[in-house]
Amino acid sequence: MASKPRSREIGERLLGAFLRAGAAEVTPDILQPAETLLDLYGEDIRARAYVTSDPLRGEMMLRPDFTVPVVEAHMAGGAEPARYCYMGEVFRRQDHRGAARANEYLQAGYEVFDREDPEAADAEVFALFARLLAHLRLTSTIGDIGILRAAVEGIDTIAPRKAALARHIWRPRRFHGLLQRYAGITPVPGGRAALLSAGAPEGAPWIGLRSPEEMAARIAVLRADAAAAPIPTEVVAQLDALFALSCPAEEAPARLSALGIAALPPAIARLERRLAAMAARGIDTSALRFEASHGRTTMEYYDGFVFTFTAADPALPPVASGGRYDALTRFLGQGREIPAVGGVIRPGLVADLEAQA
Amino acid sequence: MSAIKLGVPSKGRLMEKTFDWFAERGIRLRRIGSEREYAGAVDGAEKVELVLLSAGEIPRELAAGRIHLGVTGSDLVRDKLADWQTLVEELAPMGFGHADLIIAVPACWADVDTLEDLDAAAHAFRAAHGHRLRIATKYHRLVREFLTREGIADWQLVDSQGATEGTVKNLTAEAIADITSSGETLRANHLKILSDGLIHSSQATLFASRMADWAGLEAPRAALIAQLGV
Repeated sequence: MASKPRSREIGERLLGAFLRAGAAEVTPDILQPAETLLDLYGEDIRARAYVTSDPLRGEMMLRPDFTVPVVEAHMAGGAEPARYCYMGEVFRRQDHRGAARANEYLQAGYEVFDREDPEAADAEVFALFARLLAHLRLTSTIGDIGILRAAVEGIDTIAPRKAALARHIWRPRRFHGLLQRYAGITPVPGGRAALLSAGAPEGAPWIGLRSPEEMAARIAVLRADAAAAPIPTEVVAQLDALFALSCPAEEAPARLSALGIAALPPAIARLERRLAAMAARGIDTSALRFEASHGRTTMEYYDGFVFTFTAADPALPPVASGGRYDALTRFLGQGREIPAVGGVIRPGLVADLEAQA
Repeated sequence: MSAIKLGVPSKGRLMEKTFDWFAERGIRLRRIGSEREYAGAVDGAEKVELVLLSAGEIPRELAAGRIHLGVTGSDLVRDKLADWQTLVEELAPMGFGHADLIIAVPACWADVDTLEDLDAAAHAFRAAHGHRLRIATKYHRLVREFLTREGIADWQLVDSQGATEGTVKNLTAEAIADITSSGETLRANHLKILSDGLIHSSQATLFASRMADWAGLEAPRAALIAQLGV
């Protein structure tokens, strides 16, 4: 493990490069209000972040990442377009042992808020990271959650099913379970069949905050679902093939088109624009991997372009990662929103790899 | 002179059943001294020392390596120890102290029978009430890992160290995750178990610490394990 001064030195070097790329430095507090983070991430963040409390400010968290405070600061009155950078510690609880599982490490990050040309902004962030990390000869992989969302939105079925699938794109097990159910591949559970034929049984007294009206609304949804035609198995096969797609990035548009999913062309066109913008910035897209499911099991705020830079050692976490998080700005902006893309590099891992070279 | 320290629950049925289990295998464990003194003795095994502890503390003592062997619920080890397999080894399930950690919801929720239903109800609940569906439990790690693995969203845990079955009626939670053996307390509190809501089937289990110093104790360990037939 690299020493702290060495990691910090590399962090400063990265921060300097971000400043020269036109970003303004921001320095969010280490103690962040827990409520916003919990509301956004749920129990997932409680398991991963250190929660503490303050008699006046209530429940607080040691900063688990910079993205949320940076977005909050921007939404509270930043000019547009804007580029921000930062460097400092983040803190993560670890449930498993191992050298790669650091509780406290530096992140150097770069975030772009720009409405004009999202694909150009994606390429700008990626190319900047690729240039700063070029000497480490890392493997870079990209994906696009926007393509998955477009595929789900385009399924010819009732809206509640599409909403449920879209909600679970980041939870593959539940997503594919629901898809099989909606396709009639897995049978309807016995209890539900009985409920829909006989209605709710009388007897148990009503307890708890959830109201009888909420139950009635859900039963109506279940009735509409039972009456709807199953999603054709060909569509399930197309989606399965989409989620499994992994190929060199330059082949991705053609491979995606070949799946024959009617709703995909606009999303594929965005991917093509992004790849062209990356190539224009000197990225060799034949050496870049495209994985359709990339980013699906990481945190759910990425909803478009995603990327990672990883070292050869599979035990190491990504040296850098990032992506587009338009929906997060909507969530934190209370009605306002702005397309945003960014990422972080871990200076400690860069230091380790430089020491090995 | 060092000896294998065997941690056993210090009172109640769990202690009696543990003593019986060892006695059936030719090892007599007994408490010595006054009724209130937590001291014990071992007959029928060489270099084994009895340590009487609260069942809830045994996982931590095993993890710290302060005891070599310990009897406790398999649920407690999984819930209290992060990465438990790296800290302790499961030697033998002992066939008593059975209890299931389950998820239960109000019996009046006719539309909720499976985790898939719970997930859908949680989503609608959050939209209607402005906060996530609350699940009361003291088994935070086990419940969180289970719901995450199953891909359930829009829930949160609220801590409940006792009378967990009452939290729904008291409006401090919408569902619970708790230990049950017969299910009677659940029924009395108008709750029902989700059909696929079994998180862990627990029973009293003999564990060996991977963190304790076993140096010089290899022979007594092998002899003890042979005698116990585990």
